[in-house]
Amino acid sequence: MSAQLALDVRNLSVSFPMRGRDADGRRRRLLAVDDVSFSVARGKTLGIVGESGSGKTTAAMAVARLVPKMAGSIIIDGTDFGALDTEALRRARQRVQIIFQDPYSSLNPRLRAADIVREPLIYAGATSRTEQDRIIDELFEAVGLRPEQKALFPHQFSGGQRQRIGIARALSTRPSLIICDEPVSALDVAVQAQILNLLKSLQAQFGLTYLFISHDLGVVQHMCDDIAVMYMGQFMEYANRESFFAAPRHPYSEALLDAVPTIEVGAQATGGKLVDGAIPDLTKPQTGCRFASRCPHVAAGCEDSVPLLDVWPGTSDHQLACYRAAEFAAS
Amino acid sequence: MASAERSTPRVTEELVATAQHPAREMLTMFVGNRAAMVASIILMAIVLAAIFGPMLHPVDPFEMVWAPFTPPGQDGFVLGTDYLGRDMLAALLNGGRVSLTIGLVAALMSVFIGISFGALAGFYRGVVEEILMRITEFFQVLPTLLFSMVIVALFGASLEVVTIAIGIVSWTAVARITRAEFLRIRELEYVTASRAAGASNITLITRVILPNALPPIIVQAALMVGSAILFEAGLAFLGLSDPNVVSWGQIIGSNRPYILDASFTVTIPGLAIFVTVLSISLIGDGLNDALNPKLRAR
Amino acid sequence: MAKTRTDAPLLDVRNLSVQFTTRAGTVTVLDDISFTLERGERISFVGESGCGKSMTALALMGLLPAMGRVSGGQILFKGEDLTQASAARLRRLRGNEVSMIFQEPMTSLNPVFTIGQQIVEVLRLHRGIDNASARRRALELLEAVRIPNASARIDDYPHQLSGGQRQRVMIAIALACEPEILIADEPTTALDVTVQAEIFALLRDLGTKLDTAIILITHDMGAVAQMSERMLVMYAGRRVEEGRVADVVGAPAHPYTRGLIACVPHITSNVAAITEQLPEIDGIVPPITRFGRDECLFAPRCIRVADGCLAAKPQQVEMAGHDAHSVACWHPFASEGAKG
Repeated sequence: MSAQLALDVRNLSVSFPMRGRDADGRRRRLLAVDDVSFSVARGKTLGIVGESGSGKTTAAMAVARLVPKMAGSIIIDGTDFGALDTEALRRARQRVQIIFQDPYSSLNPRLRAADIVREPLIYAGATSRTEQDRIIDELFEAVGLRPEQKALFPHQFSGGQRQRIGIARALSTRPSLIICDEPVSALDVAVQAQILNLLKSLQAQFGLTYLFISHDLGVVQHMCDDIAVMYMGQFMEYANRESFFAAPRHPYSEALLDAVPTIEVGAQATGGKLVDGAIPDLTKPQTGCRFASRCPHVAAGCEDSVPLLDVWPGTSDHQLACYRAAEFAAS
Repeated sequence: MASAERSTPRVTEELVATAQHPAREMLTMFVGNRAAMVASIILMAIVLAAIFGPMLHPVDPFEMVWAPFTPPGQDGFVLGTDYLGRDMLAALLNGGRVSLTIGLVAALMSVFIGISFGALAGFYRGVVEEILMRITEFFQVLPTLLFSMVIVALFGASLEVVTIAIGIVSWTAVARITRAEFLRIRELEYVTASRAAGASNITLITRVILPNALPPIIVQAALMVGSAILFEAGLAFLGLSDPNVVSWGQIIGSNRPYILDASFTVTIPGLAIFVTVLSISLIGDGLNDALNPKLRAR
Repeated sequence: MAKTRTDAPLLDVRNLSVQFTTRAGTVTVLDDISFTLERGERISFVGESGCGKSMTALALMGLLPAMGRVSGGQILFKGEDLTQASAARLRRLRGNEVSMIFQEPMTSLNPVFTIGQQIVEVLRLHRGIDNASARRRALELLEAVRIPNASARIDDYPHQLSGGQRQRVMIAIALACEPEILIADEPTTALDVTVQAEIFALLRDLGTKLDTAIILITHDMGAVAQMSERMLVMYAGRRVEEGRVADVVGAPAHPYTRGLIACVPHITSNVAAITEQLPEIDGIVPPITRFGRDECLFAPRCIRVADGCLAAKPQQVEMAGHDAHSVACWHPFASEGAKG
């Protein structure tokens, strides 16, 4: 079973040092990701959705070891990626590649398109110049760029084309895992569809594994096999796509879904009647459900202890962290 | 709507056809700046005069050759003679060599020190940044003229010491600019992409971030050549430069007492400094515009 | 809608054209735009970036960039032609009768003044009321835009507020003088989806309460359906389709409109219905230098393109079976066609 997993993350926590010290004289830290576990099977896509500040990008960057983790293990294709030290890590980095949000700041303006795609191959070593050229030609074709565009500089491309170059770069070392960090949210609507389709067809063609970070539930539904809803550093709900969209069970997932404007005229998004409560201070240890302050279903007990992810009765893998879900699901 | 499979859009293809290399765009932009182009031609003439002038006019600038204070154009002396009867033209050409060399070397030195400090501080942040930037601030608040006078007094007034003194007091601006650029660029996603691809820190600093940080540093370096020439002139005027070589500042300094009797002995080297520094400033301005992508986009 | 439509509309834009003078020559960025807006009505401008949505708004405000000028048509605001209005008249108009909110609420607020000071400033400028009553009014406005604990937050600086709260403050400033038209240019693009829903609800409620007409500029068809009664689809500086939202979204006639609706993955509870690939609109918006030609500018990207499309610019024609639903296309989808 675990041999099939491209990525297996257990109990990942990430914290950032803050200014100042707490009452005990320790340096204050903001716990951006708190004890999160997830896995992605080879060739599949896991989507992590959440709003800004939820920690979804931080979690992904920790998986890529671009921000230091505080605790947890990261197994990529059976090897303990999370435990590698500096030099070994540098050599192993080609296993995880990233497609970034902003097609303008994610390409080095001084490099030609071909050299941007070549860069990871150079760092990885092990390929001759001619081999690199062959790989570049192949990738340019795969992402829908023409061979003569190899010699152009990033500013000579449109946003969508630049994102194609970024995708080719991420594919160049044939990584075990590709992190897509909001890959279309900076693009124009029509171009979004082009890039989403490209990501899908490349996945089918090369058997790619995606960790897909997004705030857009529509995009996530279209792209992902599994979905994790993140709020303030923890997963609120974690399920496969069919189960999740058939019946999202966490009040926060519900609120997120309700807030998405639909094209049905007159059906007005409500935002799930969220309570306008204070957002928890992540520099302090959490004592209860993080969502309690904004939850429309909050009750006594919600704020006494932190709810843990638990498999929903009657499903095999639909997990959620809520004390009240059973009650209001019945009603 | 079955066109989903077609991945190369038609409209975009026309867009890129006319695109140019960024260096070429930069050149077009620079050439389009008339002041900078004129300044470049003038500076080129001055540099050529400094290099080849002493060969074409082989007169020792320290030798007495004629009566003192011969006005320019008289008795075959194009720029006249100074208070010791030395050939002003020879002095100006030889002095140009020294002034320009000092300017260039001192500026290169500042750029080297400044980039090293700024790059390490901006890239590593934390303790490294604290230490390096405190050192930078220390040099920044030193009274530059007094400090270089002290260096020259301690180590002797040779050309090398003077150049080093100027370099040491003027690198802080480069360090600050470099640090600011590094702080900005290190957060950009293409740097993260290079890191994620397995680039080492050295590669990130020298191959990824530095080339993108260079434009404002180049502009600053150009301006610094000018200010180094001025600085040397100041030191020489005070008699603190190498007495065994002629520089423009030194010509002014030694002829200072006779400014009322033979003003040309002071105004000619003064004009040389003025024209050179002004040209360099204008070129710096032109570079600034040409290297600024925002202006280029127009 | 029980609106009195006896008088002239609040805003009547007739054949508005705007040209830019660039180094490459004169380009037509807005080409023959016409629409009307009734008091209290909500309309959306939809399209990709670079299609002229924001430019239309800037033209209404008299805020065209220096290289741009109105080259034809009229902007009749309560009968007064704003294209002929003086700079002073336009200054009085802006913020008073017509106001605008933008995408990025952080950069639209001045970081060195408290939010209270910034609202008071607007009130004093346009209403000439004294400090104390302006501050009372500012507090009312902050409460109206549902800033929690407004009396405490009024002395906060912009950086102390969240993105959503900053946008609420922008709305408060925009509504301070009870304008007759509020232009909202992608007001929620930078915000989270739950905050977006709240901002939309707020705009709808306040629009109704103050009888303010709202022009929403967006690329999100969902936002259009949530916010507006009518919509105007723009492409390459032209109006390609216009009508009631229910008609246009229900049966889009222009291939561009249809593509814009279909290319976005819409959430469904029936996951099995999701197709592997989304329907695409090929390519991108042409550069503005190609705008204004006497041809269909969408033709190179269009799935229904045919021989005559590049021969001339298509004129706006009424769709049969719908009230005030018009399209500029040589080969439109029939209006009884079901959803794409």
